[in-house]
Amino acid sequence: MADLTCTIAGIKSINPFWLASAPPTDKYFNVVRAFKAGWAGVVWKTLGEDPPVINMSSRYGVHFNSARDVIGINNIELISDRPLEVNLQEIRQVREEWPDRVIIGSMMAPIDECAWKELAIKIAEAGVHGIELNLGCPHGMCERGMGSSIGQVPEMIEQTTRWVREAVDIPVFTKLTPNITNILWAAEAAKAGGAHAISLINTVNSVISVDLDAMAPTPTIDGKGSHGGYCGTAVKPIALHMVAEIARNPETRDIDISAIGGIENWRDAAEFISLGANGLQVCTAAMLYGFRIVDDMIAGLSNFMDEKGYKTLDDFRGLAIKNTVDWNELNMNFDTKAVINQDSCIECGRCHIACEDTSHQAITFDVAADGKRTFTVVDEDCVGCNLCAIICPVPDCIEMQPVKNNLPYLTWPEHPKNVMKDVD
Amino acid sequence: MNHKNHRAAYNKILAKQNANSFFDELHSPFNKAMALKEADHCLYCYDAPCIQACPTSIDIPTFIHQIKTGNVMGAAHTILKENIMGGTCARACPTEVLCEQACVLNDDAGKPVEIGLLQRFATDHLMAKSVSHPFRRAARTGRTIAVIGAGPAGLSFAHRAAVLGHDIHIYEARDKAGGLNEYGLAAYKMADDFAAREVDFLLGIGGIEIFYGTSLEQDLSLPDLSLANLSLNNLQDKYDAIFIGVGLGGTNDLGLDGEAMSGIADAIDFIENLRQTDDLSRLDLGENIIVIGGGNTAIDAAIQAKKLGSPNVALVYRRGEDEMGATAFEVELARKNGISIHLWSKPIILHGKNSITAITFEHTAIKDGKLTGTGEAYILDCDMLLKAIGQKLAGTGLQDLATKDGKLVISENYQTSNKKIFAGGDCVLSGEDLTVQAVEDGKQAAIAMDIWLRDN
Repeated sequence: MADLTCTIAGIKSINPFWLASAPPTDKYFNVVRAFKAGWAGVVWKTLGEDPPVINMSSRYGVHFNSARDVIGINNIELISDRPLEVNLQEIRQVREEWPDRVIIGSMMAPIDECAWKELAIKIAEAGVHGIELNLGCPHGMCERGMGSSIGQVPEMIEQTTRWVREAVDIPVFTKLTPNITNILWAAEAAKAGGAHAISLINTVNSVISVDLDAMAPTPTIDGKGSHGGYCGTAVKPIALHMVAEIARNPETRDIDISAIGGIENWRDAAEFISLGANGLQVCTAAMLYGFRIVDDMIAGLSNFMDEKGYKTLDDFRGLAIKNTVDWNELNMNFDTKAVINQDSCIECGRCHIACEDTSHQAITFDVAADGKRTFTVVDEDCVGCNLCAIICPVPDCIEMQPVKNNLPYLTWPEHPKNVMKDVD
Repeated sequence: MNHKNHRAAYNKILAKQNANSFFDELHSPFNKAMALKEADHCLYCYDAPCIQACPTSIDIPTFIHQIKTGNVMGAAHTILKENIMGGTCARACPTEVLCEQACVLNDDAGKPVEIGLLQRFATDHLMAKSVSHPFRRAARTGRTIAVIGAGPAGLSFAHRAAVLGHDIHIYEARDKAGGLNEYGLAAYKMADDFAAREVDFLLGIGGIEIFYGTSLEQDLSLPDLSLANLSLNNLQDKYDAIFIGVGLGGTNDLGLDGEAMSGIADAIDFIENLRQTDDLSRLDLGENIIVIGGGNTAIDAAIQAKKLGSPNVALVYRRGEDEMGATAFEVELARKNGISIHLWSKPIILHGKNSITAITFEHTAIKDGKLTGTGEAYILDCDMLLKAIGQKLAGTGLQDLATKDGKLVISENYQTSNKKIFAGGDCVLSGEDLTVQAVEDGKQAAIAMDIWLRDN
């Protein structure tokens, strides 16, 4: 079995799977259950100054697909609504009972040096392994000058990170919001402030649905709704992109990354690690299925590594970074064509209608006298867009096959048709 | 338990029960969760094979997609605009040889989408929830059409013709509409008086009047005294056109001595009696019942007889299982219900004096391409013989129209040899003993007649 231990910001972890700061890490009871289930660490639900916040009733909204699978949920919950000392006492207790597991203390405060430093010191004294700055919460707390209202201003990211670095001598994680135009500005600011690691992404701002009877956004609170933080498998592509941008940016590539965003299973985890993540944080998947999902995350990741011959996570960490490039670095001479395996085709016609109506009219449709329906790719018209292979309901029935054209690697900046080619 | 006690015990159960209260439904309907889960299997095929396989060409992928999006009323509308008896067809269609057989998932996942049950989910929803009829009539044409027979073909015709703006008078021999939906389908397929509810729904379009107890040349209570009697000649004078959907009122005989003995009945009459009686304990029911025939009517009669408590029910068919008119699903259902099935056998002697007591069967085989007796015989005890060996045109009043093989000949426009008289359903040569085909005939005949009426 592969070695799944990892180190992030100097903190050793028995596996890369931590629970993110959220309802599942709200108190002793949940955290102990998570550790019993096999989670290596938790980022305790964000702590603020006393008096604690008061939360709304009706906190989550959902985005289903037609099969009622949850694509994503959003929430309007605030930070921990329990007194600070209750949380700190429980952190001390868990630390004592579970010495091999990691606890990171998440915190937020208004943009005030004393507030940040005093709270960071209190949390550090409870024995946490590190502190995570919640600069991402996009609902409620931002209206009080915290969360994403700080995370959307690079100077404030740098400032708060520095304050916490100055106050405590344990690792500092700066957690970033995706609700910005360029994640690199935020990541560079965190690094400038001295962060040991960055955690991303926090939730994406959203109105998840509108109740057409109430004519109000969901979750609906006494007839009204507000925007909330979107999470779950739907946000994974956004998170992958932001992690990749940081991992391949020369200014930020050496900072540790605690990746968050729609991680539901071992494959998602492996993808984030391949893009450079040092550790992983999970929330929504656990909220949907319970803590037991970590079993398959561990076993699946281990089996994948065994199959590929990776002995440690470092053996494949970041291997996909070098292949993640700007569009201008892609090969314009690459050509791929759809090939339909007629033996496994079930004749549904989805490829034909998708191509005919919305793409390049490159899949013909013939009906034989006996009713047999045949769908054929017209190579000259196929641009290799992948749409047919994506919508085909039969796994591996439509394969995209690269054409061996023996042409050289040619980027757009080098392309003869690029009129800007010779312009400096 | 001996037979006498057996019967007595069952009669206690059957007392005061009618077909609606006694028979459990063959298929439980989907609830919302089941419907959504099943709908999710549908691939939403383009130009889907299931549409081609449906005699009424219901746009099946679209209605299933509509169920998925929560537009169940729209799904029902998609079904009903092609097949106004979509509710009955959802219950009675042999989907295993129609839409579901064509489903592309048969090839891959091995299990087709349960189209019939999804169709029922949608149509039941509309019938339960809709406050008004889902279709509207075109401007009145001023034309009035006579329809003979209020079965699936006649009702489907009447509905479509009414939508097209014509007024309809239906002449129905019995005292209820619905035809075989009401009288002939197995009770466990049409639970909860569905046939009658569907007729009420269909008539909601307006412009259709039904005169019960009236049939060609046997008019018992003619509504209109200007009709000297209900003959095609008189009807032609009074109406702009006529549609005949009389079904097959006659039944075939075995052609054996003793067929008039008591204990011998047509399976179709047996089903009618059990569906219409108020008290199933008063129904004639043998203890050694033999049903002769291989179609769905034979299976329906045999299974219902068994469910009513008859201890021994056998089905005898002169050919093999592959040649049976009943689908493989129906044959399997009969076996599951304890019916013993005897293949390659034909009756040659009916035993008994006043009542039937036994039947001698001869084994059969295909010899030189023809079905012949092998000379080997066996005897089965029998106190009730139900014949289900096919039906034929009753004929009364239709003598002037061209027929072939005992059924009405029609053109591709559904016209009989008399241009003013159209026909469809089981009574025409192309009829298939399928509700869904009768519905399609009625619909297409109405469209064809509408075009014809514009020039005549």
